[in-house]
Amino acid sequence: MMYFTLIIATIFVNNIVLAQFLGICPFLGVSKKVDTSLGMGMAVTFVMFLSTIVTWLLYTYCLVPLNLQFLQTIVYILVIAALVQMVEIVLKKVSPSLYSALGVFLPLITTNCTILGVAIDVINKDMNLLVSSVYAIGTALGFTLAMVLFAGIREQLATSDVPEGMKGTPIALITASLLALAFMGFSGMA
Amino acid sequence: MSNSKLSIILNGLIKENPTFVLFLGMCPTLGTTSSAINGMSMGLATMAVLICSNFVISCLRNVIPDKVHIPCYIVVIAAFVTVVQLVMQAYTPALYETLGLFIPLIVVNCIVLGRAESFAAKNGPVDSALDGVGIGLGFTIALTLLGACRELLGTGKIFNLTLFPEEYGALTFVLAPGAFMTLGYLVAIFNKLTKKA
Repeated sequence: MMYFTLIIATIFVNNIVLAQFLGICPFLGVSKKVDTSLGMGMAVTFVMFLSTIVTWLLYTYCLVPLNLQFLQTIVYILVIAALVQMVEIVLKKVSPSLYSALGVFLPLITTNCTILGVAIDVINKDMNLLVSSVYAIGTALGFTLAMVLFAGIREQLATSDVPEGMKGTPIALITASLLALAFMGFSGMA
Repeated sequence: MSNSKLSIILNGLIKENPTFVLFLGMCPTLGTTSSAINGMSMGLATMAVLICSNFVISCLRNVIPDKVHIPCYIVVIAAFVTVVQLVMQAYTPALYETLGLFIPLIVVNCIVLGRAESFAAKNGPVDSALDGVGIGLGFTIALTLLGACRELLGTGKIFNLTLFPEEYGALTFVLAPGAFMTLGYLVAIFNKLTKKA
């Protein structure tokens, strides 16, 4: 039950994009089409799950015993960068179809702040390994949901008449604002 | 100060303003601007990292092998972020609490890596540091402006200075939707003004 609540909370109530402002760059950048945003969401889910587990283990069994917690940021970003590279190589060999689906998005993920953000967040919140991985999956699903919803709206927006100064990013930001307003309705649920 | 040095700084302020023109570093822009003071502190923290990392990367630009330059840049940036993080934790603990997660996340702020790649890797240390000042100032001003607008519309204050009673403020502007909306309108205004000029 607790895990169920956690998943609902991370997807809707504390949506990582619309309530916590992480991962705005891909949210605005790769959300012109529903297909690409879905691909990006899947890639993020995959990498976030893996990286949260790896960094959690590394922090708890390596950095804490050695008293090197202040190296957290440096170690994490290197681990994530290496992990993304490895996932890319492994996927290419093991599952070419999945690779071609996620391929283009994988290198972009290193600088996606949701990954590093979640990895640091689970340590700050003292979660254990199981809770952390559930939290990572829920957060990533929330990211995917926000991306796909936003992309759907933007596809419609492309054909509508927008005032000159508002074209492009400004109108996208206003759209995101309305989406965030809708998600605020979930607050207090879990 | 010679003219070219000044133009490097001005370039970051207006022509390549990271927030309004390049749309880089959107996460801290939206996440930390619930008030003018928070936005300004985040801008200054980013500026400190930007100046230091630009300077060091520019000094090392001929030593770092081309193939591994991105990991090297990231390590340099992460080191300075850790320094800023520890300094803030020690001297401004309250601010450190408020900004929270966004301080370590300066590492993945695309502005810092972007400037390292596009400016520091090609120019001398002094020019690179100046570019850091310019871009950092542009970022700080944008964040302060956004924070001031949100604080004013949400609570009727700017820098905790009351301009109208709090009851008239719309709390939404301090929360998430207001961040997107305020930035959207600011960008639209900025577009309008710069296109005319």
